[in-house]
Amino acid sequence: MDQIKLSAHSLNLYFGEKQILKNINIDFPENQVTSLIGPSGCGKSTLLRCFNRMHDLSSDARIDGAIKLEDLDIYDKKNSVTEIRKRIGMVFQKPNPLPKSIYENMSYALNIHQFPKNEIPKLIESALRESYLWEEVKDELKKPAVKLSGGQQQRLCIARTVVLRPEVILMDEPCSALDPISTRKIEELIISLKKDYTIVIVTHNMQQAQRISDKVAFMYLGELIEFGSCQDVFQNPQNELTKNYVGGHFG
Amino acid sequence: MKKSLFHFLNWTVLLGSTILVCLFLGIILFDIFSKGVSSLSWKFISRPPTQGMTRGGILPAITGTLWLTLITTLFAVPFGIACAVYLNEYAKPSVLTGIIRASIRNLAGIPSIIYGLFGLALFVQALHLGTSVLSAGLTLGLLSLPYIITTTEEALKRIPDSMREATLALGATQFETIKDVVLPTALPGILTGVILTLSRAAGETAPILFTGVAFYINGSATSVNQEFMALPYHLYMLSTQHQSIEQVRPLAYGTAVVLIVLVFVLNIIAFYIRFKQRTQQ
Repeated sequence: MDQIKLSAHSLNLYFGEKQILKNINIDFPENQVTSLIGPSGCGKSTLLRCFNRMHDLSSDARIDGAIKLEDLDIYDKKNSVTEIRKRIGMVFQKPNPLPKSIYENMSYALNIHQFPKNEIPKLIESALRESYLWEEVKDELKKPAVKLSGGQQQRLCIARTVVLRPEVILMDEPCSALDPISTRKIEELIISLKKDYTIVIVTHNMQQAQRISDKVAFMYLGELIEFGSCQDVFQNPQNELTKNYVGGHFG
Repeated sequence: MKKSLFHFLNWTVLLGSTILVCLFLGIILFDIFSKGVSSLSWKFISRPPTQGMTRGGILPAITGTLWLTLITTLFAVPFGIACAVYLNEYAKPSVLTGIIRASIRNLAGIPSIIYGLFGLALFVQALHLGTSVLSAGLTLGLLSLPYIITTTEEALKRIPDSMREATLALGATQFETIKDVVLPTALPGILTGVILTLSRAAGETAPILFTGVAFYINGSATSVNQEFMALPYHLYMLSTQHQSIEQVRPLAYGTAVVLIVLVFVLNIIAFYIRFKQRTQQ
């Protein structure tokens, strides 16, 4: 049986009066890639953002139920949100490098979490290597990160997350703003990262979900409809809605 | 045919209005500069007035205005930016913040003479600061606050949320996010607003009238609790209150030129910052 890394228990989320997520129960196994799929507006990005408490700043968001990182209840007031976000990193839909140099983008998080100064350059190099970016940027680490291509920026954002050695990496449609070649590089990167990290990825792209996932969760109108191995969900879906969606009949 | 004639008329009316406005501005500037430039000299800006202000320069008025602007800056800029950061980054949207925002916008519309009266009541009398450059600077600071808050908030609004999310997702606190990312990125926009506000404040007369500006001071102000001279008031006084107005008219025009140049320089700096920001993106 797989080791469970991250899990949601009877999770409900409301924006004001409107209920966006309805009684979500899901377990993400360690060192696997789980894709969240479903039509636009089904709540998959909203669910993803629950896992690192990104809804904390929206004043009208209300959450009940529990999310656990192993045994740690991440919505427990006792636990520091910054510590949780250090353990659960996130990569966004549009690459969002800071308006600083490549090196500063990498060192920022290390500095605020007070990693020893003399270890920082080594940590940065190894994270950039893991993200297949080192060879492309090693001679121009002082260059502004916004000067990189879109695909390079997104790999920098992944490297920036990886450098903290999180346990889980959340990805919100990380390839939707990229061309096919950059997309393939990111997909290879995701597959190589799963030996060290638990990855949860939101994607619109069925082929992508099939290429990279171990598990797939299909959501519809705020509910988790079907959750299983990639092969089961795509080849042998149990639910009629899932069958129609993965068959391309709506979406 | 009819349509194109209509368009042509439209276009000429718009262009005509623009030219008319520029023409007025040009005439005013030409008038002031042509009459004032003769009295400009190094002595004019480096000497105090002499012989009942019919001779000499305007040095105390220049230093007084600089003093005043400095105090206004020290008071209004930190408070204004802090208030804007609170409103835009921390305050949850509610009826209360709506009221605060509306009040700030309304404050910007209050006539400056009212600020003068308020400054007289609060700083000069209630807080016993006397008529002084400090009282006047604080009064101008109050006048500047709503503009600084509004322009800073606009600058902060232009920072996309994705930038804030980037550092928050790395485990930065909200304060670190504001300090390290939001404020540095918004800085050019904030600076532009601050400089334009200060250049407006430097030219104000009414708020300093009751709070510390003086007709004539022998020498420059050396401490913040003294009265002071200021360029706009000096100009007002030379052109309306002096016993021999005809005689000092060139000096009045010279003062106007100095004040306009000072404000122009500030505006050009603001323009340059904005230009640089645009070309960087």
